[in-house]
Order: sequence, then C-alpha cells, then structure tokens
Amino acid sequence: MLAHFILALRAAGIPASITEYLTLLRGMKQGVAEYSVDDFYHLSRATLVKDERHLDRFDRVFGEVFKGLEPPEGDPVRQIPEEWLRKLAEKLLTEEERKAIEALGGFDALMETLRQRLREQKGRHQGGSKWIGTAGTSPFGAYGYNPEGVRIGQEESRNRRAVKVWDKREFRDLDGDIEIGTRNMKLALRRLRRFARQGAATELDLPDTIRATANNAGSLDLKLVPERRNAVKVLLLLDIGGSMDDHVRLCSELFSAVRSEFKHLEHYYFHNCPYERLWKDNRRRRDTEVPTWQVLRTYGPDWKLILVGDASMSPYEIREPGGSVEHWNEEPGTVWMRRLTDHFRRSAWLNPVQEGMWDFTMSIRMMQTLMEERMFPLTVDGIEAMTRELSR
Amino acid sequence: MKRFQGTATYIASRDLEVAVNAAVALQRPLLVKGEPGTGKTVLAQEVARALGLPLIEWHIKSSTKAQQGLYEYDAVSRLRDGQLGDPRVHDIANYIVRGKLWDAFEAPEPVVLLIDEIDKADIEFPNDLLLELDRMQFFVYETRQTVTAKHRPVVIITSNNEKELPDAFLRRCFFHYIRFPDRETMERIVQAHFPDIRQELAREALNVFFQLRGVQELKKKPATSELLDWLKLLMIEDLPPEVLRSQDPRTAIPPLYGALLKNEQDVHLFERLAFLSRRQQR
Repeated sequence: MLAHFILALRAAGIPASITEYLTLLRGMKQGVAEYSVDDFYHLSRATLVKDERHLDRFDRVFGEVFKGLEPPEGDPVRQIPEEWLRKLAEKLLTEEERKAIEALGGFDALMETLRQRLREQKGRHQGGSKWIGTAGTSPFGAYGYNPEGVRIGQEESRNRRAVKVWDKREFRDLDGDIEIGTRNMKLALRRLRRFARQGAATELDLPDTIRATANNAGSLDLKLVPERRNAVKVLLLLDIGGSMDDHVRLCSELFSAVRSEFKHLEHYYFHNCPYERLWKDNRRRRDTEVPTWQVLRTYGPDWKLILVGDASMSPYEIREPGGSVEHWNEEPGTVWMRRLTDHFRRSAWLNPVQEGMWDFTMSIRMMQTLMEERMFPLTVDGIEAMTRELSR
Repeated sequence: MKRFQGTATYIASRDLEVAVNAAVALQRPLLVKGEPGTGKTVLAQEVARALGLPLIEWHIKSSTKAQQGLYEYDAVSRLRDGQLGDPRVHDIANYIVRGKLWDAFEAPEPVVLLIDEIDKADIEFPNDLLLELDRMQFFVYETRQTVTAKHRPVVIITSNNEKELPDAFLRRCFFHYIRFPDRETMERIVQAHFPDIRQELAREALNVFFQLRGVQELKKKPATSELLDWLKLLMIEDLPPEVLRSQDPRTAIPPLYGALLKNEQDVHLFERLAFLSRRQQR
C-alpha cells in the first residue's frame, strides 16, 4: 500500500526517495502517527515533502491514493479537449456581467448547466456568452470571470464531498515551476556566477600582510580583503501569452533553473514586447502590474537583464506608438527597449525559436538590431554564449 | 521523551506537533519554512521549553561557514603568542575554539539546537553539514580527536527561502511549512499573548489586520509578529476600539501603522487608496 503511495508521489513529480520512505516507516513504528489518518497525513507530509511547492501536489496524490478517488471515466468534464481552454485573452468583466453570471444561480446550478451545455456543444468556441471556451462571459472555461469557480480540467467534484484536510488544498498557490530536465541549463547558468569582491573584509590577504608586517619591523600586521562571493544579480523579463504559449514549458524550465543559482533574482512578465508596464504574477496580472519606470529605478545598472521571448509579432508592435495588441501604448516598443538596454550595463535576449528561423521573421531581426546582436537561442549552447556575453 | 503539544504562549497546529514529534522521535533535523513573522524561530524556543531542554542558538549570517559551527582554529592568537614567547603556544588545543555544534554534542543532557536562517549562508553551507548532522560526529584535524554527540540533539532549522537547499540535505530532514494562520487560530494566538485584551479591541484590530493583508500589492504583508507588536502598541496607547472601526476615509490608514507596514512604498500605496476612497465619497 505504502510503496504504491511512494510510486504515485514520484509519478506526480515529488522527489521522494527510499531513505524518506524508510524514515516514514520508522516513524510509524515509533508510534508518531498513532492510528489516526490525519496524523498519518501530517507525518507522511513532513517526511516526504521537502518543498512547499510540492505540498499541493502531495495533497492531491494523498487524496487519490487513500480514498480510491479514481476520476469517473464517463464524466464529460474530463473529456474536454485541452486546446479549448488554452488561454487566448484575459478579460475583466463589468459589474453588470458579473451580476448576470450570478443570476444564473449558485455553484450547483452552474454545474448542472455545464453538464447540459457539454452535451449540446459540438465544437471549440471562444468569446461569446454561452458556450464553453475561453475569455468569454460564459461561466464555464478559463481566464474569464471567476477562474476559481468552475475550473474545467480538474476534479470539480471535490466541492461536493465532505472536505478532508488534504482536500482543502491550502498550498495550491505555492505550486509553481517544474524542476525536471533543468540539469543542463543549470550547468550553463553556473557560468553566470561572477566572483566579485564585495562585502565585509573577511579573508586574509597574504601578500599585503607580509608587506605590512615587514614595514612594521616584523610584528604582525594583518591585512584582510573581502571574500569572494557570488554576487550576480539578474532581472528576468519573460514573455507570456499569445505566441509564446508553445514555449512556456521551455521557459518555465529555464526559470526554475535560474532561481536556484543566484542570490538576487527578480522576474517580471511582458507580452510580446516590453512597454510601460510589466507584471509579476500572470494570474493576477491587473493586481501586480508595475510601471516599467519603477522597475528601471528599482534595479541598478549592475543588474544583468535577461529577456526571454520569441520576438515574433507584427513589426508595428515594436515600431509604432499604439502598436500593442493589448492596449494603447503612448511610446513605441523601440523606445522602451532602448531604455532597458541603456539602463542595464549587460543585457541579453533568449529566444526559444530555432536560430535558423530567425531571419524569416521581420520582428526578430528588428529585436536583434535593438539588442545589438545580443540575442541567443534558448539552448544550452545559447545560454553559454549568453553567460559569456553577460559576464564579460 | 515528552511529546510536544504547543505551549501556553505558542499555538501549534496539529501538523506542526506531528512534525516536531517525528523529528524528536527519529532524531532527525526538522526544517521549518514559512512567511517571515509566523514564528519559525520562536518554535525552537518553545520546543525547548515544552520538552524542558536547554536551547543552543546558532544564527547564520551570509559570512557564516559550516566549520564555524564545529570549531575554529585561532591561528592568529597562536602566532601572536608565538611571537611573545607564551608557553601556551606548545599545545595546539589551547587555540581550538568550540562552535555551537560542538557545544550541543558535548552537552551533558539532550539539548535543542536551533540553526536559524540557514538560507542566509553560502549555497554550500548545508552540504558541508551533511555528515555532521547525520552521524552527529565530526573530526578535529588539529588535535586528532573525534567529537561524538553524547545525546543526539533535537535540531530545528529555519529557512526564509532565499536560496534553495540541496536535495541531499533535504532528504535527511523532516519538513514543515508554517502556513499563515487563519482568523480563528489568530484569535487564539492573540488570546495567548494578551490574555487581558479587551475583546472588542482585539476583534476590530483583527478586522483591520486581515483587511490589510487582503491588499494584493503590498510588498511585505504584515504577519503574526507584526500583529502582536501592533496590538501591544494599541494597548499601551489605550486607543478605543471605535477608532479602528471608523469608516472615516481620513483615517483609512490604521493608527500606529508603523508596526504593520514596513516600507514607504506600502505606506504610499495605502495613502493613495485612502485618497481614492475619499474622492469616491465626495
């Protein structure tokens, strides 16, 4: 039973090992859990999960393994093609629209309607206000109003059962990036570490000590220098949404690789081309937007700027005021790109598009010029070239 | 060994109790993470108190080396003594300075060892302590002596997540993430710390506090320790609860906000929100 549990955890991407499994068994033998399911849950969580980002995943696996919670196969909710839900736009609804949705009735009523609609609907749909799809005002789908309400593609039936501890899924917000397959990237990014002498004087400077001691007629005069420490500061700007959806997996791998390497790492998101606003959390974009000026003021020129994006867009989005697909931008993307590259002494662009294809897209060539040829492909070799460029 | 069940001044959730007891029973380190101000460091003090054991605290800074926790060889004073012809210089053991781990290992009774903010140190720091924490012994090269723990100490390690910890290190620990307490737990915590607080004041203060935490853009959300500081101030100033309840936009910033909001951006944000709500009322 327990071995099955461990295997399920590993299948879900939680790196639980044999050692931890044995620790769990020993803990049970010592009577830490004492025949209570809740205590067993707490004990196994403390033993097997070592990162708060995995807590939510753990809760889900625990629920499935120990309640035999197999998702029913005939449930139409499970059969919705994923592409329907792929995000195309985010939309904030007006007060009236929200009321209209509320007027459809409570949650259970919505679920009933959902089932009905699913039976009626035949194809993919976007926008509009009735069918299931993305960015519409229909209460079903993703990225519209109340994304928490009816999230298709997860086991919504949870909301109808008596809620157990692990079913509350209180750690959902902490689940984030993926760590698999980042080994190569890590190796390349390690090159970014620059050893700079900063901070308090803690290391003995032997040549200087000898000289000072000799000057001092042989009595000891210690000279210290600041210790070498990893002092690389990185500001990461990630393109998200739209044409980048194909590359999101690659980018999130890069992101999780970078995160563990630096003392200072900040990230912001942009769409296609950076303009006057960036944001920190894509799900709560409206709440977390900050002016690009503020970013420029906050992070000094010694930060290394890395932009990640496919730079594939209409040339107008770079060249013209008001060219953005999302809002009216007063100043064209070129101005913002120049401000960013002027402010940061070292900057580079990582592009997930294959290098051979760059010349076929006009906007990539434009960005390449704006970056003064510091655009690199998102591969291990590309990252190495980028880190060489950044640490010169 | 006694079981940890929280104390009069420390409200521990059930999962935290299980995690601590597991760490005590299996004699493995417990790694505690969580938002700043949710009582990670205090946990070690309370565990020590609840189990009736002495506490040894080792606070980590960015310049701390793993070796310093074991022992340090004070070569500089030996060199000086050598120059001055001090006879002490012939025994190298005179210049071995014990670290916190050594103290914990050699203590005559079991102790609680707190390694505070392990993420502040260099990336290699946790790796350098693997064997020492696993076997609870280390070797002193200068005196050719092996130090073994007489009693395996209860090790509690806190981290603020500034750096990721190596897998090999994590594998040897129990892990607990201190969640931000919900309202009910928070009321118990306030009760535990201020038993004679006026109910009304506590209620209103908690209202303001959770409202403040609800603001998404805050750079640093106030946590439990900030709430407790603020309540203490409120009680010292003896403010009537009505002040907190007033919906008057001019006082939209809570009184004595300095205890809750810790940087000027957050204060500005709050002033701006207050300004906006004033405009709406007009």
